[in-house]
Amino acid sequence: MKVLVCISNVPDTTTKVKFTDDFEKLDTSNIQWVINPWDELSLTRALELKDDASTGVKSVTVAHVGLAGAEPTIRKALAIGADDAIRINAEPHDAYYVAAQLAEVVKAESFDIVLCGIESSDHNGSTVGGMLSEFLGYPSVSAVSGLKIENNTLVINREIDGGKETVTVPAPVVAIVQKGIAKEPRIAAMRGIMMARTKPVKVVEPVAVDALTGIISFEMPEPRAACKFVDAEDPKQLIGLLQNEAKVL
Amino acid sequence: MSVLVYTENWDGKFKKLSFELVSYASKVAEMLNTKAIALSVGKLESGEAEKLGNYGVSKIISAAGEGLNVLDNQVYAKIIADFAVKEGATVVVLANNNVGKALAPRLSVRLKAGIGAGVNKLPVSTEPFVVHKRAYSGNAFAHLQINTPVRIITLSQNSFELIEKNMGAAVENVNVSVDASEVKTQVREVQKQGGKILLTDAEIVVSGGRGMKSPDNWGPLVELADLLGAATACSRPVSDEGWRGHEEHTGQTGKIIAPNLYFAIGISGATQHLAGVSSSKYIVAINTDKDAPIFEAAQYGIVGDAQKVLPKLVEAVKELKSK
Repeated sequence: MKVLVCISNVPDTTTKVKFTDDFEKLDTSNIQWVINPWDELSLTRALELKDDASTGVKSVTVAHVGLAGAEPTIRKALAIGADDAIRINAEPHDAYYVAAQLAEVVKAESFDIVLCGIESSDHNGSTVGGMLSEFLGYPSVSAVSGLKIENNTLVINREIDGGKETVTVPAPVVAIVQKGIAKEPRIAAMRGIMMARTKPVKVVEPVAVDALTGIISFEMPEPRAACKFVDAEDPKQLIGLLQNEAKVL
Repeated sequence: MSVLVYTENWDGKFKKLSFELVSYASKVAEMLNTKAIALSVGKLESGEAEKLGNYGVSKIISAAGEGLNVLDNQVYAKIIADFAVKEGATVVVLANNNVGKALAPRLSVRLKAGIGAGVNKLPVSTEPFVVHKRAYSGNAFAHLQINTPVRIITLSQNSFELIEKNMGAAVENVNVSVDASEVKTQVREVQKQGGKILLTDAEIVVSGGRGMKSPDNWGPLVELADLLGAATACSRPVSDEGWRGHEEHTGQTGKIIAPNLYFAIGISGATQHLAGVSSSKYIVAINTDKDAPIFEAAQYGIVGDAQKVLPKLVEAVKELKSK
């Protein structure tokens, strides 16, 4: 089985987000770029599956839609343990555009399992994985918090509102992954970092697809009013405020 | 032309979330001078479909049949897309929850419709079609223009009020048969979270962090939640340590919630945690460190040790409830 993990390049999650003066773009100065947290967990789980010979997973590839500036993030995925990488050389215009590009890669290389993080921490769309599955005509399972392979069939835990389900789906499949899939993201060791330098990164040119959406501008949330402090000895006062001022009790 | 709203059901019943979605779709339809249609897929309890009629739709479609008892994303997306085409929908509204997130992107490809995901207001304009949505995990918002004739919106929870309006909508029952071979997803086991209030549904959430010091100290926190009819939650270090299950983790990589009232107890308020809770209407923080960033996000704060404050808070709530 061949596994593909789709990775997105996002600002480090501790970033204090700032925009350009016209609020049209992210101010990218002083930003550390990282693998989107859910994609990193997906990669970790893919590598765990490959480590276990009984799963039949032979290779783990990462794919990214982006320009050459994202290479350090791709190298990081290789350092963590992916075997090779594919970069589709294009600005990721919107989710539809990205999913359409990834679909071409999956078709060309016929991956059995495609993993996508449930959302990216920048645009919070939760859309690329589902779109990709529809472009491919593959089944998809979303909110996946556990993934095993039994005789070519995927055994998946998914979160539903109000509980969890264990479902089975035959490969090929797109799994859209959330927290719980792996305990902690795997960290690149020195040996992995050295090896990553020579692992293959295939650069593919994009196919012609129109983006369906575009961001016009950003805005910051309204600043919250200053915190009102209540004496630790007198929580009754807090209850009073919540009841009479905020009117939420 | 129409606005189609997909209303998911839970064991044949709707929730407040369903009615929020219908209210929202009806308002969008008003903006577009058209009608709103509610679509339910799967078996409903009798009398349930009619309830959707109280929130401004002019038609209710209740589709049911064999093979729909499992949520197979491919099957469900096809059914919703077919109704969208049949009803000439130019906007399709879904919830921005697990099911909406699973179905909306598949619909997008089927209908070649751009998505505004995590929208939290009515469209900013309809010509061009611009929506207001979450971005950078709650640290910002974006105005997103959707350039396709059909648009899909997933609505953030708790971001739209119910608007009651009865248009005398009739329920159209439609039989949808799905061939067993089309259903690729098979359910092996279901674990229901029995009796507890769901974190993503709760109007009040009581959440604990590392300041709770030990998994053994959760008693008064749970008692407070029970008294308030609230759901319990926790910060990432707490779920990573296994003090609480990861389904309780709220924050950027856990659940994103938007209750009316959020209690952050012994939580310092790292950027990643705030990203998951900043849409709460009110935040109450209890922390020993007066300089903790959680107090910048909170409207009400108590500087103190959770172990000492919680029992007093429980007493104060008991007194309130006994009145």
